[in-house]
Amino acid sequence: MTYQFDFAWLATYWPVFLDGVLMTVRLIVIGGIAGLLLGTFCAWARSLGPVWLRPPVIAYVELIRNTPFLIQLFFIFFGLPAAGFRLTEVEAATLAMVINLGAYSAEIIRAGIEATPKGQFEAGASLALSPVQTFRHVVLVPALQRIWPALASQVVIVMLGSAVVSQIAVEDLTYAANFAQSRTFRAFEAYFVSTAIYLALAILLRFALLQAGRMIFPHAGAAR
Amino acid sequence: MTQFTLIDILRNLIFATQWTVILSLVSFAGGGLLGLVLLFMRIGKARLLPPVVKLYVEIFQGTPLLMQLFLAFFGLGLFGIDVPPWLAAAVALILWTAAFLAEIWRGCVEAVAKGQWEASASLGMSYLEQMRHVILPQALKVAIPPTVGFSVQVVKGTALTSIIGFTELSKAGTVLTNATFQPFTVYGLVALIYFALCFPLSQAARHLERKMNAAHRH
Repeated sequence: MTYQFDFAWLATYWPVFLDGVLMTVRLIVIGGIAGLLLGTFCAWARSLGPVWLRPPVIAYVELIRNTPFLIQLFFIFFGLPAAGFRLTEVEAATLAMVINLGAYSAEIIRAGIEATPKGQFEAGASLALSPVQTFRHVVLVPALQRIWPALASQVVIVMLGSAVVSQIAVEDLTYAANFAQSRTFRAFEAYFVSTAIYLALAILLRFALLQAGRMIFPHAGAAR
Repeated sequence: MTQFTLIDILRNLIFATQWTVILSLVSFAGGGLLGLVLLFMRIGKARLLPPVVKLYVEIFQGTPLLMQLFLAFFGLGLFGIDVPPWLAAAVALILWTAAFLAEIWRGCVEAVAKGQWEASASLGMSYLEQMRHVILPQALKVAIPPTVGFSVQVVKGTALTSIIGFTELSKAGTVLTNATFQPFTVYGLVALIYFALCFPLSQAARHLERKMNAAHRH
Protein backbone atom coordinates (compact mmCIF):
# COMPACT_ATOMS: atom_id res chain seq x y z
CA MET A 1 0.00 0.00 0.00
CA THR A 2 1.62 3.21 -1.14
CA TYR A 3 -1.15 5.52 -0.06
CA GLN A 4 -0.07 8.57 1.94
CA PHE A 5 -2.52 9.57 4.62
CA ASP A 6 -3.15 13.29 4.78
CA PHE A 7 -5.06 15.08 7.50
CA ALA A 8 -3.71 18.56 6.77
CA TRP A 9 -7.06 19.62 5.27
CA LEU A 10 -8.56 19.43 8.77
CA ALA A 11 -6.96 22.82 9.51
CA THR A 12 -9.37 24.34 6.98
CA TYR A 13 -12.41 22.13 7.43
CA TRP A 14 -12.72 21.65 11.17
CA PRO A 15 -15.48 24.31 11.48
CA VAL A 16 -17.64 22.21 9.13
CA PHE A 17 -17.17 19.23 11.43
CA LEU A 18 -17.95 21.35 14.48
CA ASP A 19 -21.22 22.51 12.90
CA GLY A 20 -21.96 18.90 12.03
CA VAL A 21 -21.40 17.75 15.60
CA LEU A 22 -23.67 20.51 16.89
CA MET A 23 -26.43 19.44 14.50
CA THR A 24 -26.08 15.77 15.47
CA VAL A 25 -26.18 16.72 19.16
CA ARG A 26 -29.19 18.97 18.61
CA LEU A 27 -31.05 16.20 16.79
CA ILE A 28 -30.44 13.61 19.49
CA VAL A 29 -31.30 15.98 22.35
CA ILE A 30 -34.65 17.02 20.87
CA GLY A 31 -35.35 13.63 19.31
CA GLY A 32 -34.26 11.83 22.46
CA ILE A 33 -36.48 13.76 24.85
CA ALA A 34 -39.55 13.76 22.60
CA GLY A 35 -38.95 10.13 21.65
CA LEU A 36 -38.78 8.99 25.27
CA LEU A 37 -42.00 10.89 26.04
CA LEU A 38 -43.72 9.23 23.09
CA GLY A 39 -42.33 5.85 24.16
CA THR A 40 -43.59 6.34 27.71
CA PHE A 41 -47.04 7.19 26.43
CA CYS A 42 -47.10 4.13 24.15
CA ALA A 43 -45.85 1.85 26.93
CA TRP A 44 -48.64 3.13 29.17
CA ALA A 45 -51.20 2.73 26.39
CA ARG A 46 -50.11 -0.82 25.67
CA SER A 47 -49.95 -2.15 29.19
CA LEU A 48 -52.45 -0.06 31.18
CA GLY A 49 -54.29 2.17 28.72
CA PRO A 50 -57.81 1.77 27.32
CA VAL A 51 -58.34 -1.38 25.27
CA TRP A 52 -59.23 0.49 22.06
CA LEU A 53 -55.86 2.25 22.12
CA ARG A 54 -53.84 -0.95 22.14
CA PRO A 55 -54.18 -2.16 18.50
CA PRO A 56 -53.03 1.14 16.94
CA VAL A 57 -50.09 1.37 19.37
CA ILE A 58 -49.06 -2.25 18.67
CA ALA A 59 -49.31 -1.59 14.91
CA TYR A 60 -47.15 1.53 15.24
CA VAL A 61 -44.49 -0.19 17.33
CA GLU A 62 -44.29 -3.24 15.07
CA LEU A 63 -44.27 -1.21 11.87
CA ILE A 64 -41.39 0.97 13.04
CA ARG A 65 -39.36 -1.85 14.58
CA ASN A 66 -39.57 -3.93 11.41
CA THR A 67 -38.63 -1.32 8.80
CA PRO A 68 -35.29 0.48 8.25
CA PHE A 69 -34.86 3.98 9.66
CA LEU A 70 -33.68 5.16 6.23
CA ILE A 71 -37.03 4.23 4.67
CA GLN A 72 -38.94 5.87 7.53
CA LEU A 73 -36.92 9.02 6.90
CA PHE A 74 -37.52 8.93 3.13
CA PHE A 75 -41.22 8.28 3.63
CA ILE A 76 -41.55 11.27 5.94
CA PHE A 77 -39.40 13.62 3.87
CA PHE A 78 -40.28 12.58 0.30
CA GLY A 79 -43.56 10.70 0.74
CA LEU A 80 -45.57 12.88 3.09
CA PRO A 81 -45.36 16.09 1.01
CA ALA A 82 -47.25 14.17 -1.69
CA ALA A 83 -50.00 13.79 0.91
CA GLY A 84 -49.88 17.52 1.68
CA PHE A 85 -47.59 17.38 4.75
CA ARG A 86 -44.42 19.32 4.04
CA LEU A 87 -41.48 19.50 6.45
CA THR A 88 -38.00 21.00 6.30
CA GLU A 89 -35.03 18.62 6.30
CA VAL A 90 -34.30 19.15 9.99
CA GLU A 91 -37.96 18.82 10.97
CA ALA A 92 -38.28 15.60 8.99
CA ALA A 93 -35.11 14.17 10.53
CA THR A 94 -36.25 15.09 14.05
CA LEU A 95 -39.71 13.63 13.47
CA ALA A 96 -38.23 10.41 12.08
CA MET A 97 -35.97 10.07 15.13
CA VAL A 98 -38.83 10.75 17.53
CA ILE A 99 -41.05 8.17 15.84
CA ASN A 100 -38.21 5.63 15.72
CA LEU A 101 -37.09 6.05 19.32
CA GLY A 102 -40.73 6.17 20.44
CA ALA A 103 -41.37 2.67 19.12
CA TYR A 104 -38.18 1.10 20.50
CA SER A 105 -38.38 2.78 23.89
CA ALA A 106 -42.06 1.83 24.18
CA GLU A 107 -41.07 -1.84 24.17
CA ILE A 108 -38.27 -1.28 26.67
CA ILE A 109 -40.40 0.79 29.06
CA ARG A 110 -43.27 -1.68 28.74
CA ALA A 111 -40.96 -4.45 29.90
CA GLY A 112 -40.14 -2.29 32.92
CA ILE A 113 -43.80 -1.60 33.65
CA GLU A 114 -44.79 -5.25 33.31
CA ALA A 115 -42.09 -6.27 35.76
CA THR A 116 -43.82 -4.13 38.40
CA PRO A 117 -45.20 -6.38 41.16
CA LYS A 118 -49.00 -6.36 41.29
CA GLY A 119 -48.83 -5.30 44.92
CA GLN A 120 -47.47 -1.91 43.84
CA PHE A 121 -50.72 -1.11 42.01
CA GLU A 122 -52.76 -2.28 45.00
CA ALA A 123 -50.57 -0.29 47.38
CA GLY A 124 -51.12 2.80 45.26
CA ALA A 125 -54.86 2.25 45.22
CA SER A 126 -54.97 1.68 48.97
CA LEU A 127 -53.32 5.09 49.43
CA ALA A 128 -56.31 6.55 47.53
CA LEU A 129 -54.15 7.51 44.57
CA SER A 130 -55.98 7.77 41.27
CA PRO A 131 -54.89 5.31 38.53
CA VAL A 132 -52.97 8.14 36.85
CA GLN A 133 -51.26 9.12 40.10
CA THR A 134 -50.42 5.48 40.80
CA PHE A 135 -48.92 5.16 37.35
CA ARG A 136 -46.95 8.39 37.62
CA HIS A 137 -45.55 7.97 41.14
CA VAL A 138 -45.66 4.28 41.95
CA VAL A 139 -45.25 2.42 38.65
CA LEU A 140 -43.43 4.59 36.13
CA VAL A 141 -40.48 5.85 38.14
CA PRO A 142 -39.32 2.43 39.39
CA ALA A 143 -40.00 1.00 35.93
CA LEU A 144 -37.82 3.64 34.27
CA GLN A 145 -35.14 3.13 36.87
CA ARG A 146 -35.18 -0.60 36.20
CA ILE A 147 -34.69 -0.28 32.44
CA TRP A 148 -32.66 2.93 32.33
CA PRO A 149 -29.43 1.29 31.06
CA ALA A 150 -31.33 -0.35 28.17
CA LEU A 151 -32.98 2.97 27.41
CA ALA A 152 -29.61 4.72 27.39
CA SER A 153 -28.27 2.15 24.91
CA GLN A 154 -31.27 2.68 22.66
CA VAL A 155 -30.78 6.47 22.64
CA VAL A 156 -27.14 5.90 21.63
CA ILE A 157 -28.28 3.54 18.85
CA VAL A 158 -30.68 6.21 17.54
CA MET A 159 -27.90 8.82 17.66
CA LEU A 160 -25.64 6.56 15.59
CA GLY A 161 -28.54 5.79 13.26
CA SER A 162 -29.01 9.51 12.69
CA ALA A 163 -25.95 9.39 10.41
CA VAL A 164 -28.34 8.70 7.52
CA VAL A 165 -30.16 12.05 7.86
CA SER A 166 -27.34 13.47 5.72
CA GLN A 167 -29.17 11.69 2.89
CA ILE A 168 -31.93 14.29 3.02
CA ALA A 169 -29.31 17.08 3.22
CA VAL A 170 -29.42 17.68 6.97
CA GLU A 171 -26.01 19.18 7.76
CA ASP A 172 -24.97 16.75 10.46
CA LEU A 173 -21.62 15.10 11.20
CA THR A 174 -21.88 12.72 8.25
CA TYR A 175 -22.73 15.63 5.97
CA ALA A 176 -19.54 17.34 7.18
CA ALA A 177 -17.51 14.30 6.11
CA ASN A 178 -19.31 14.16 2.76
CA PHE A 179 -18.63 17.85 2.24
CA ALA A 180 -14.96 17.66 3.21
CA GLN A 181 -14.27 14.62 1.04
CA SER A 182 -15.96 16.18 -1.98
CA ARG A 183 -13.62 19.19 -1.70
CA THR A 184 -10.39 17.49 -0.65
CA PHE A 185 -10.77 14.03 -2.29
CA ARG A 186 -9.54 12.62 1.03
CA ALA A 187 -12.53 10.32 1.43
CA PHE A 188 -11.02 7.76 3.76
CA GLU A 189 -9.54 10.37 6.09
CA ALA A 190 -12.77 12.40 6.14
CA TYR A 191 -14.89 9.39 7.13
CA PHE A 192 -12.22 8.24 9.55
CA VAL A 193 -12.42 11.57 11.36
CA SER A 194 -16.21 11.55 11.50
CA THR A 195 -16.23 7.91 12.65
CA ALA A 196 -13.85 8.75 15.49
CA ILE A 197 -16.06 11.68 16.51
CA TYR A 198 -19.15 9.45 16.43
CA LEU A 199 -17.36 6.97 18.70
CA ALA A 200 -16.50 9.74 21.14
CA LEU A 201 -20.07 11.06 21.01
CA ALA A 202 -21.47 7.59 21.66
CA ILE A 203 -19.23 7.10 24.71
CA LEU A 204 -20.02 10.59 26.03
CA LEU A 205 -23.76 10.28 25.44
CA ARG A 206 -23.90 6.93 27.18
CA PHE A 207 -21.94 8.27 30.13
CA ALA A 208 -24.14 11.39 30.34
CA LEU A 209 -27.33 9.34 30.24
CA LEU A 210 -26.16 6.95 32.95
CA GLN A 211 -25.15 9.94 35.10
CA ALA A 212 -28.52 11.56 34.43
CA GLY A 213 -30.15 8.31 35.50
CA ARG A 214 -28.31 8.51 38.80
CA MET A 215 -29.57 12.06 39.30
CA ILE A 216 -33.17 11.39 38.27
CA PHE A 217 -33.41 8.22 40.36
CA PRO A 218 -31.45 9.02 43.50
CA HIS A 219 -32.91 6.16 45.53
CA ALA A 220 -30.85 3.53 43.80
CA GLY A 221 -31.83 0.08 44.92
CA ALA A 222 -34.95 1.32 46.72
CA ALA A 223 -37.22 0.10 43.98
CA ARG A 224 -36.59 -3.27 42.49
CA MET B 1 -42.20 8.12 -21.78
CA THR B 2 -43.18 4.83 -20.25
CA GLN B 3 -45.86 4.91 -17.59
CA PHE B 4 -45.34 2.85 -14.47
CA THR B 5 -48.41 1.14 -13.13
CA LEU B 6 -48.61 -0.02 -9.54
CA ILE B 7 -47.90 -3.56 -10.76
CA ASP B 8 -44.75 -2.38 -12.55
CA ILE B 9 -43.50 -0.64 -9.43
CA LEU B 10 -44.20 -3.67 -7.28
CA ARG B 11 -42.55 -6.04 -9.76
CA ASN B 12 -39.38 -3.95 -9.86
CA LEU B 13 -39.27 -3.66 -6.08
CA ILE B 14 -39.71 -7.38 -5.59
CA PHE B 15 -36.98 -8.03 -8.14
CA ALA B 16 -34.64 -5.79 -6.13
CA THR B 17 -35.70 -7.49 -2.89
CA GLN B 18 -33.75 -10.58 -3.91
CA TRP B 19 -30.53 -8.57 -3.47
CA THR B 20 -31.63 -7.47 -0.03
CA VAL B 21 -32.27 -11.11 0.84
CA ILE B 22 -28.98 -12.35 -0.64
CA LEU B 23 -26.94 -9.64 1.09
CA SER B 24 -28.73 -10.37 4.37
CA LEU B 25 -27.96 -14.07 4.10
CA VAL B 26 -24.30 -13.46 3.19
CA SER B 27 -23.88 -10.97 6.04
CA PHE B 28 -25.57 -13.22 8.53
CA ALA B 29 -23.66 -16.35 7.53
CA GLY B 30 -20.30 -14.58 7.25
CA GLY B 31 -20.94 -12.54 10.38
CA GLY B 32 -21.96 -15.68 12.23
CA LEU B 33 -18.73 -17.48 11.32
CA LEU B 34 -16.53 -14.52 12.20
CA GLY B 35 -18.63 -13.93 15.31
CA LEU B 36 -17.93 -17.49 16.42
CA VAL B 37 -14.19 -16.95 15.98
CA LEU B 38 -14.43 -13.71 17.97
CA LEU B 39 -16.45 -15.49 20.65
CA PHE B 40 -13.75 -18.11 21.12
CA MET B 41 -11.08 -15.43 21.25
CA ARG B 42 -13.16 -13.47 23.76
CA ILE B 43 -13.88 -16.28 26.21
CA GLY B 44 -10.69 -18.24 25.62
CA LYS B 45 -7.75 -18.58 27.96
CA ALA B 46 -5.30 -16.42 25.97
CA ARG B 47 -4.52 -13.26 27.89
CA LEU B 48 -4.16 -10.87 24.99
CA LEU B 49 -7.13 -11.78 22.83
CA PRO B 50 -10.14 -10.85 25.01
CA PRO B 51 -9.27 -7.12 25.26
CA VAL B 52 -8.70 -7.00 21.50
CA VAL B 53 -12.13 -8.48 20.82
CA LYS B 54 -13.65 -6.17 23.41
CA LEU B 55 -12.19 -3.18 21.59
CA TYR B 56 -13.40 -4.54 18.25
CA VAL B 57 -16.95 -4.89 19.59
CA GLU B 58 -16.81 -1.47 21.23
CA ILE B 59 -15.77 0.19 17.96
CA PHE B 60 -18.33 -1.54 15.78
CA GLN B 61 -21.17 -0.99 18.25
CA GLY B 62 -20.12 2.59 18.97
CA THR B 63 -19.96 3.91 15.40
CA PRO B 64 -22.66 4.25 12.75
CA LEU B 65 -23.00 1.37 10.29
CA LEU B 66 -23.08 4.00 7.56
CA MET B 67 -19.55 5.14 8.53
CA GLN B 68 -18.36 1.53 8.50
CA LEU B 69 -19.76 1.16 4.99
CA PHE B 70 -18.00 4.33 3.82
CA LEU B 71 -14.72 3.28 5.43
CA ALA B 72 -14.95 -0.18 3.86
CA PHE B 73 -15.76 1.36 0.49
CA PHE B 74 -12.94 3.91 0.52
CA GLY B 75 -10.60 1.90 2.73
CA LEU B 76 -10.51 -1.12 0.42
CA GLY B 77 -9.88 1.33 -2.38
CA LEU B 78 -6.64 2.41 -0.71
CA PHE B 79 -5.18 -0.97 -1.58
CA GLY B 80 -5.56 -0.05 -5.21
CA ILE B 81 -8.51 -2.35 -5.83
CA ASP B 82 -11.49 -1.10 -7.77
CA VAL B 83 -14.10 -1.76 -5.09
CA PRO B 84 -17.57 -2.67 -6.34
CA PRO B 85 -20.33 -1.57 -3.94
CA TRP B 86 -21.44 -5.15 -3.24
CA LEU B 87 -17.98 -6.04 -1.94
CA ALA B 88 -17.77 -3.06 0.42
CA ALA B 89 -21.35 -3.73 1.53
CA ALA B 90 -20.68 -7.39 2.28
CA VAL B 91 -17.38 -6.72 4.07
CA ALA B 92 -18.81 -3.97 6.29
CA LEU B 93 -21.99 -5.88 7.10
CA ILE B 94 -20.07 -9.06 7.93
CA LEU B 95 -17.70 -7.21 10.29
CA TRP B 96 -20.64 -5.34 11.88
CA THR B 97 -22.79 -8.47 12.29
CA ALA B 98 -19.86 -10.40 13.77
CA ALA B 99 -19.35 -7.76 16.47
CA PHE B 100 -22.98 -7.91 17.59
CA LEU B 101 -23.31 -11.69 17.40
CA ALA B 102 -20.06 -12.23 19.33
CA GLU B 103 -21.38 -9.96 22.08
CA ILE B 104 -24.80 -11.64 22.15
CA TRP B 105 -23.25 -15.10 22.28
CA ARG B 106 -20.77 -14.10 24.96
CA GLY B 107 -23.74 -13.24 27.15
CA CYS B 108 -25.22 -16.65 26.42
CA VAL B 109 -22.02 -18.51 27.31
CA GLU B 110 -21.75 -16.52 30.51
CA ALA B 111 -25.35 -17.41 31.33
CA VAL B 112 -24.30 -21.05 31.66
CA ALA B 113 -23.93 -21.72 35.38
CA LYS B 114 -20.37 -21.64 36.68
CA GLY B 115 -20.84 -25.03 38.29
CA GLN B 116 -21.07 -26.54 34.82
CA TRP B 117 -17.49 -25.45 34.11
CA GLU B 118 -16.32 -26.80 37.42
CA ALA B 119 -18.22 -30.07 37.06
CA SER B 120 -16.85 -30.72 33.58
CA ALA B 121 -13.34 -29.75 34.70
CA SER B 122 -13.60 -32.20 37.57
CA LEU B 123 -14.44 -34.90 35.03
CA GLY B 124 -11.02 -34.26 33.53
CA MET B 125 -12.33 -32.62 30.34
CA SER B 126 -10.04 -30.35 28.37
CA TYR B 127 -11.13 -26.81 27.52
CA LEU B 128 -12.29 -27.84 24.07
CA GLU B 129 -14.15 -30.87 25.43
CA GLN B 130 -15.87 -28.69 28.03
CA MET B 131 -16.94 -26.32 25.28
CA ARG B 132 -18.03 -29.02 22.90
CA HIS B 133 -19.96 -31.27 25.28
CA VAL B 134 -21.09 -29.10 28.19
CA ILE B 135 -21.06 -25.35 27.66
CA LEU B 136 -21.95 -24.75 24.02
CA PRO B 137 -24.97 -27.10 23.88
CA GLN B 138 -26.49 -25.22 26.80
CA ALA B 139 -25.46 -21.78 25.53
CA LEU B 140 -26.85 -22.56 22.10
CA LYS B 141 -30.35 -23.02 23.51
CA VAL B 142 -30.23 -19.59 25.15
CA ALA B 143 -28.64 -18.04 22.07
CA ILE B 144 -31.26 -18.90 19.47
CA PRO B 145 -33.98 -16.30 20.29
CA PRO B 146 -31.67 -13.24 20.43
CA THR B 147 -29.79 -14.45 17.35
CA VAL B 148 -33.01 -14.70 15.36
CA GLY B 149 -33.96 -11.30 16.76
CA PHE B 150 -30.70 -9.80 15.56
CA SER B 151 -31.29 -11.07 12.03
CA VAL B 152 -33.97 -8.35 11.81
CA GLN B 153 -31.26 -5.75 12.42
CA VAL B 154 -29.17 -7.29 9.63
CA VAL B 155 -32.03 -7.09 7.11
CA LYS B 156 -32.68 -3.46 8.09
CA GLY B 157 -28.95 -2.75 8.02
CA THR B 158 -28.73 -3.76 4.37
CA ALA B 159 -30.88 -0.70 3.53
CA LEU B 160 -27.84 1.51 4.20
CA THR B 161 -25.85 -0.17 1.44
CA SER B 162 -28.02 1.75 -1.04
CA ILE B 163 -26.09 4.85 0.03
CA ILE B 164 -22.77 3.47 -1.24
CA GLY B 165 -24.49 2.48 -4.46
CA PHE B 166 -25.50 -1.16 -3.99
CA THR B 167 -28.79 -1.74 -5.80
CA GLU B 168 -31.14 -3.47 -3.41
CA LEU B 169 -34.66 -2.71 -2.21
CA SER B 170 -33.99 0.82 -0.86
CA LYS B 171 -31.99 1.85 -3.91
CA ALA B 172 -34.71 0.50 -6.18
CA GLY B 173 -37.17 2.62 -4.19
CA THR B 174 -35.12 5.75 -4.82
CA VAL B 175 -34.69 4.95 -8.52
CA LEU B 176 -38.41 4.24 -8.94
CA THR B 177 -39.32 7.43 -7.07
CA ASN B 178 -37.19 9.42 -9.49
CA ALA B 179 -38.86 7.69 -12.43
CA THR B 180 -42.47 7.86 -11.25
CA PHE B 181 -42.61 10.91 -8.95
CA GLN B 182 -44.73 8.86 -6.55
CA PRO B 183 -42.63 8.82 -3.37
CA PHE B 184 -45.61 8.15 -1.11
CA THR B 185 -46.59 4.97 -2.95
CA VAL B 186 -43.06 3.75 -3.65
CA TYR B 187 -41.59 4.26 -0.17
CA GLY B 188 -44.81 2.95 1.34
CA LEU B 189 -44.42 -0.26 -0.67
CA VAL B 190 -40.71 -0.47 0.17
CA ALA B 191 -41.57 -0.20 3.86
CA LEU B 192 -44.21 -2.91 3.50
CA ILE B 193 -41.75 -5.28 1.79
CA TYR B 194 -39.18 -4.74 4.57
CA PHE B 195 -41.96 -5.35 7.06
CA ALA B 196 -42.88 -8.59 5.28
CA LEU B 197 -39.24 -9.72 5.58
CA CYS B 198 -38.66 -8.62 9.16
CA PHE B 199 -41.95 -9.18 10.95
CA PRO B 200 -41.89 -13.01 10.68
CA LEU B 201 -38.34 -12.98 12.03
CA SER B 202 -39.19 -10.80 15.03
CA GLN B 203 -42.31 -12.87 15.71
CA ALA B 204 -40.23 -16.05 15.55
CA ALA B 205 -37.70 -14.56 17.98
CA ARG B 206 -40.49 -13.60 20.38
CA HIS B 207 -42.10 -17.02 20.07
CA LEU B 208 -38.80 -18.83 20.74
CA GLU B 209 -38.11 -16.63 23.73
CA ARG B 210 -41.51 -17.36 25.22
CA LYS B 211 -41.10 -21.08 24.61
CA MET B 212 -37.72 -21.05 26.34
CA ASN B 213 -39.00 -19.10 29.32
CA ALA B 214 -41.87 -21.56 29.66
CA ALA B 215 -39.39 -24.43 29.67
CA HIS B 216 -37.45 -22.69 32.41
CA ARG B 217 -40.45 -22.30 34.65
CA HIS B 218 -41.23 -26.03 34.81
